[in-house]
Amino acid sequence: MASHDGTLHGAPAAAQAAGHAEHGAHHPRLQHHFHSMDQQLEASTLGMWVFLVTEVMFFGGLFMCYILYRYWYPDAWVAGSNHLDVTLGALNTAVLIFSSLTMALAVRSAQVGSWTGQVVNLVLTIVLGSTFLVVKYFEYAAKFRTGPGHEQGTLVPGPTFDPTLPKAEQLFFSLYFIMTGIHAAHMVVGIGIMLVMLAWAWKGRFSPEYYAPVEVSGLYWHFVDIVWIFLFPLLYLLGAHFGGGAAH
Amino acid sequence: MSNTHAHAHIVTPVSTYVTVFVMLLILTGITYWVATHDFGALNTPIALGVALFKASLVVIYFMGVRYNTPLTKVVVVAGFFWLLIMFGLTMGDYVSRAWLGVPGR
Repeated sequence: MASHDGTLHGAPAAAQAAGHAEHGAHHPRLQHHFHSMDQQLEASTLGMWVFLVTEVMFFGGLFMCYILYRYWYPDAWVAGSNHLDVTLGALNTAVLIFSSLTMALAVRSAQVGSWTGQVVNLVLTIVLGSTFLVVKYFEYAAKFRTGPGHEQGTLVPGPTFDPTLPKAEQLFFSLYFIMTGIHAAHMVVGIGIMLVMLAWAWKGRFSPEYYAPVEVSGLYWHFVDIVWIFLFPLLYLLGAHFGGGAAH
Repeated sequence: MSNTHAHAHIVTPVSTYVTVFVMLLILTGITYWVATHDFGALNTPIALGVALFKASLVVIYFMGVRYNTPLTKVVVVAGFFWLLIMFGLTMGDYVSRAWLGVPGR
């Protein structure tokens, strides 16, 4: 924090007031309740992290649920996991990791003042995030499928659920849909945020002195990536060595 | 702009980001390989260990926490630490309930 320079009412404030008069002694994006651009960025970063901690707790409750039911119904968890498409799950893991790279490069481009770098990397991030959602759509569609090859029922918890499968497997799929669904909702929000960042970057709003919005949006994007880093092994891979990988 | 000391910000080289990216992909491959082999009770701990390592790489490098202030670092660590408290206390309860033979388990 700015403890090394905390004299808000001392000489720096006077200097700022003088700067105000002649316009341009401080950055136009510096809000008046902050002492410096650095302090403003620190406050934004800290604020975003406090929000992300609430997100950790939010997803943490679902992971808690997962741990407990897996402890109670280990066989149903293995069976359920073997009904997921490991290939698509792995593909989406790679897609998200790639999008995290482009996100980090977008922030870096803002830091070094590269307009092209910001625009290209933000577009790539949006495209990769959308790719993730498209893959997710095909995965979900397969779980809802009825008809040839799925005469027994679907993999969606409820009255249509395949009755030949262990009953507790519905619990696995309930958690699968809730956890991946909420994760996908976060992706949709993230893509929306990135569209705004792209518009702002396009207009040249960011500079090496001011890039806090793209920085904290990036924190959110990476966090959503981290959730998937845990979801992938816990949902898709937990039963892989019993059933020989992708089944169904 | 009179006070242009703005480049005091540390800019991470592209090569660092690419290295982290490649490591994350390799670790994903390791996770997959481990899952398709039987390590008995160790499968899940290994998978979680690799996932934790991957998450740490993202937090430290992609999210740039290594350049953040100590206050932000404490908030980050505290968030995940509280998560472990929740997991630990809750499972401590559920796992140990049967031990005493208490009715209504």
